[in-house]
Amino acid sequence: MEAAINVALLVFLAGTAFSILRRTTLFSVVMLSGVFSLVSAALLVHLDAVDVAFTEAAVGAGVSTVLMLSTLALTSRHEAPSTRSRAIPLIVVFLTGLALVYGTLDMPRFGDPAAPIHQHVAPRYISATAQEIGMPNIVTAVLASYRGFDTLGEVTVIFTAGIGVLLLLAGTIREPATATKITAMDHHLVLRVVTKVLIGPILLFALYVQFHGDYGPGGGFQAGVIFAAAFIIYALVFGLETASRALPGRAVRVLLALGVLIYGGTGVVSFFFNKNYLDYSVLGATAQAGQHIGILLVEFGVGMTVAAVMVSTYYAFAGQNPPIGDEEW
Amino acid sequence: MIALIVDAASWTFLLLGAFLVLVGALGLVRMPDFYTRLHPAGITDSLGADFILTGLILQAGFSLVTVKLFLIGAFLFFTSPTSTHAIANAALVAGLKPRHATIPPRPAEKATQGEESR
Amino acid sequence: MFTATAIALLVAMVLALVRLYGGPSLYDRVLAANSFGTKTVLLIAVMGFLTGRPDFLDIALLYALLNFIGTIAVLKFFRYRTLGDAVEEKAASQNKEASQ
Repeated sequence: MEAAINVALLVFLAGTAFSILRRTTLFSVVMLSGVFSLVSAALLVHLDAVDVAFTEAAVGAGVSTVLMLSTLALTSRHEAPSTRSRAIPLIVVFLTGLALVYGTLDMPRFGDPAAPIHQHVAPRYISATAQEIGMPNIVTAVLASYRGFDTLGEVTVIFTAGIGVLLLLAGTIREPATATKITAMDHHLVLRVVTKVLIGPILLFALYVQFHGDYGPGGGFQAGVIFAAAFIIYALVFGLETASRALPGRAVRVLLALGVLIYGGTGVVSFFFNKNYLDYSVLGATAQAGQHIGILLVEFGVGMTVAAVMVSTYYAFAGQNPPIGDEEW
Repeated sequence: MIALIVDAASWTFLLLGAFLVLVGALGLVRMPDFYTRLHPAGITDSLGADFILTGLILQAGFSLVTVKLFLIGAFLFFTSPTSTHAIANAALVAGLKPRHATIPPRPAEKATQGEESR
Repeated sequence: MFTATAIALLVAMVLALVRLYGGPSLYDRVLAANSFGTKTVLLIAVMGFLTGRPDFLDIALLYALLNFIGTIAVLKFFRYRTLGDAVEEKAASQNKEASQ
């Protein structure tokens, strides 16, 4: 049964990828890539990698589709036909694929317990998490405490990406013209009522995911995306200008930097106790309590930065002036 | 005894839900027109999903899992009809015509009314 | 039991994909994608019970949410050709928008 589900999901993936290649209508490609991310998330759930599946479902299948749609509004409807011959790229890709397959022949079998990756630091993390950190979800323990430097790097990468988007698009964000503006979706009463009812539970769910990361799948990255999703749907249904009044662009930019600052600052605090950077054991009465507090703080910083990046990217893309007119569609 | 009843009830719900989901998907493929396809898609999203989730709730007993399943069911119950309504509304406003549309000829005095309350 | 439900859901997903790949108009594709998303939510819930780890339900709940948001984003995109604020136009020209 497990193998059957695996095979079925992989066949879906292949079929969707092939369909993405063949279609030239860009809108269908965007929707199909959302479906692709969703099937990958299901595959990851099947492989027991729940945290990764969570993030993949949130980012790949959800927010990415919305952001790519806002990009589609700025470009044409069909893929431009390629004018060069496709023989050489095909040969290059084929040879690279052959080389990759040849490289995997030497790797240990999938899930082999004697593989080197399972012998190095993984056994120590698994056995020591219980008394050193004391939380059931080992993934969060490894992410936030044992490999805290890597996660600091990840948060900084996300922050840099957000800054990059804002820098590139800052000059082209159109100021909302108050005279001729209609708030979109004025006439969809059902949608407006249902969205208003739902935004509260979505934010609560984001808080739950943020703080439940110690005990189950969750954590800062996923919670940040869900936070951003609540604001994005508010902006979609009630209009960008209304959403900008609720969460102004300036506040989002402050939150963007504040998250990384919280993460980095938590590490600096341990300097004052003569310990290494990001050593959480000094933050509480006992070492374990200190680890809990430290992980809580850094995950909070991560969640804040991720939410701010998603929201500011959405504001930047949705506030663009469409350069082509309606007739070209 | 109670456990047997609960088990049988959950089997019934799961099988019914699976059947409805299959019927809905089959309808989605076989129906001739976009507007007729809205109905099978609605069956899947509301009744099929709720039956399957009820079957799973009966299997799970009283625990946090039941609360989460109930939340998923309530959420799907609210949002799938809204999505179907929004899709149908968007298609109608964009001018997608039903396949066998027999629009009656409009008398002259109704010429000022639009095709839909925009 | 769960096996039968999972198989039924997988078959239903294949049928939804058929409609997604082949649907003549864009709205068919949106409908099929929405339906596919709901079936994936159900499949994840059933898979959690199959493998004996019902902690996966957070992912199912998350995707039920995001499915809704994605559908609304797509529909707003169709209607107003932008995801920001639309500018007022004559009602007649807007009613002439045809789907694919």
